[in-house]
Amino acid sequence: MKKKNPVFSFFASVKLALFTLFMLAVTSIIGTVIPQKESFDWYVQRYSESTAKLFEVLSIPDMYNSWWFLGLLGLLSLNLIVCSIDRFPGVWKQIKADNLANDLSRLAKMRLSEKWDLDKTEAECASELTNKLASNGWNSAQRKRDDSLLIFAQKGAMTRTGVYIVHASILVIFIGAIVGELYGFKGSIMLPETKSTTSIFQFGSGSPIDLGFEVRCDRFDIEFYDTGMPKAYRSHLTVLEDSKVILEKNIVVNDPLTYKGITFYQSSYQGYQDFILSVAEKNTDTSESVTLSFQQRANLSNHNNTAIGIINAEMRGQSVSRIKIWFKDEQGPASVFWIRAGDEVTVQRADTEYIIGGKQMYATGLQVAKDPGVWIVYIGCGMMILGLFVAFFMSHRRIWLLLKEEHGSTSILLAGSTNKNKMGFEKTFSSLADVLKSN
Amino acid sequence: MDSSQLLGITTFTYLFSTILYAVIFIFKAKKLGTPATVFTVLAFLVQTAGLLLRWQESYKIGYGHAPLTNMYESVVFFAWTIILMYLLIEWKFKTKVIGAFAVPFAFLAMAYASFSTGINKEISPLIPALQSNWLLAHVVTCFIGYAAFAVAAGLGIMYLVKNTSESRKTTNNESLLGTLPPLKVIDDITHKTMVFGFLWLSVGIITGAIWANSAWGTYWSWDPKETWSLITWFIYAITLHARYTRGWGGTRIAWLALFGFVSVIFTYYGVNFLLSGLHSYGSN
Ligand code: HEM
Repeated sequence: MKKKNPVFSFFASVKLALFTLFMLAVTSIIGTVIPQKESFDWYVQRYSESTAKLFEVLSIPDMYNSWWFLGLLGLLSLNLIVCSIDRFPGVWKQIKADNLANDLSRLAKMRLSEKWDLDKTEAECASELTNKLASNGWNSAQRKRDDSLLIFAQKGAMTRTGVYIVHASILVIFIGAIVGELYGFKGSIMLPETKSTTSIFQFGSGSPIDLGFEVRCDRFDIEFYDTGMPKAYRSHLTVLEDSKVILEKNIVVNDPLTYKGITFYQSSYQGYQDFILSVAEKNTDTSESVTLSFQQRANLSNHNNTAIGIINAEMRGQSVSRIKIWFKDEQGPASVFWIRAGDEVTVQRADTEYIIGGKQMYATGLQVAKDPGVWIVYIGCGMMILGLFVAFFMSHRRIWLLLKEEHGSTSILLAGSTNKNKMGFEKTFSSLADVLKSN
Repeated sequence: MDSSQLLGITTFTYLFSTILYAVIFIFKAKKLGTPATVFTVLAFLVQTAGLLLRWQESYKIGYGHAPLTNMYESVVFFAWTIILMYLLIEWKFKTKVIGAFAVPFAFLAMAYASFSTGINKEISPLIPALQSNWLLAHVVTCFIGYAAFAVAAGLGIMYLVKNTSESRKTTNNESLLGTLPPLKVIDDITHKTMVFGFLWLSVGIITGAIWANSAWGTYWSWDPKETWSLITWFIYAITLHARYTRGWGGTRIAWLALFGFVSVIFTYYGVNFLLSGLHSYGSN
């Protein structure tokens, strides 16, 4: 029944697997030593013209996507598939085997076996033993064989599939990666505060990709620790369709926004020389915001003869930490005060109160990805862990009891076998034997 | 008492543990077996207290994160997992001499963490990319794997030492190496330890990929660290297959255990210092 075609055997062999895994391990080193995805000129400068050309021929600058590296992964997949086709049917047969049809003479020769006699009939012994087995978690079946009775019980037959789950998981992960490659994209966008976009730019090519909806950055903030290290980058994003707000979310690194399968990740930012100031008046309950450059002033449109300006700003690294604001309405002299970037202050004027906020204007750098294959990859990962656990720590254990009655006394043969963890099973076997022998 | 004092003490207690196990091995001082174990367990508890205290201190400062986020903390945690792994093996396989080959790794890690000048011991705040529960899962699982591989490497050395002298026929039960477990037993424990490590390394790589995906939208980007963890994974996959399907054992597996651990160290340590160094030269 087995095809012993030499090509088939070659692709089913573990030797090929060892070769492929070895080649993958060795060649993977190249890309960790030679920087990847730089320009041709960069390699010329760093190495030499001829080396750079050689790299180009061998696709070294993008080796993990090169024909030969993908070829190795393809070979591994083919190897896994053929190997499974070769072996799995045999394993399935073992799982489904009729263990009550076993060759009886083999039982006594098993590495684990014990014999004893009981002064009872076969039927009495059988019911007593199967009860004891059942109370130890072994569900048994029995069949009359010639002049004796064979009882069989097993645990973990399906654990034999563990290794195949591991092997299949690798293929599932590859399929997930291919789906992501074919139907997904990766790109980025620098989105200034208050602006929106309907497209982003693909990595590598830089060509625009239409999102199919609109996304707006309402606000971007940086929080700092006392040490001056950044604590959080936060963008408030709004998704719009036909100018209607669909979804709003504050995103931070590690907590992205997803809409229609497209995910927006907080990845960088850019500070502008401009400032966004907001003014809200208590009495009339009106508010507005203006964008201003350094040391500029502007009249507010909602309030007559009211103006706001920026006198000074303090920097902390690349970003503004405090802003000095000048504010004047129709009554009295101007107010001058500092605001911590991102904060608001209440300003008391002659007959009303204003709440004034100010911050540096930023653009948020978003990484944008669509990867419909990621769930397939995760399922593959789950399968791998499950399969490894089963393959390493679980085993298929089988026990047989052969009962033969002669002159009112029954001789009992207990035999057991396991496909793995022989030592562990020896202990289980001997304690089970003790239970079965006891009265 | 603060955490740095406790962790400082740990370095010396692990040195003392190493000496105790070495004495058991070299002088066949079986009577020291129980004291060595008791002492090592105590040292382990001191280190555990040190780690927990450091965790608590980070909350007091206001940073609030598990002590697993920089080189110093990870080396300390590495030592902790090695000792945990070793104690489990001692308990499961009832043999003490392995300690002479495994505990030194924990001592060396602690000594490096405590005395190296290039290592920052401060509790520092977490940059935004590291603020993820996946980070915790990732680091913990990777280090369980690494610790298992460290112990497997110790066992590999033990195997090679014993094997060399046996093939010279100098060993009998009276001699020094006679106290080591039989070759077959060492071989078996080495294999089991590597299997255990492989499972955890797999989980470690997967949790790392999930973390990367939640932070940047790419679960795999072939950066040097990722790639080296995969290379290490391939090496152990090769080892498992060579043993399981081609019947490799003994010396060859012992060498692979050592070789695999070199790759672990390179993944963990070398990549940061050698390869990133390479990159920074490149950009200068
Ligand atoms: C990275 C890829 C691979 C991984 C992670 C992997 C994983 C495993 C694991 C964990 C085992 C169980 C070993 C044990 O129980 O100690 C195993 C067994 C095995 N693997 Fe793989 N494997 C991979 C690739 C391959 C390939 C390409 C082949 C192709 C021939 C292969 C063939 C086998 C065979 C024949 C067994 C023994 C199965 C049995 O119990 O009959 N493996 N593999």
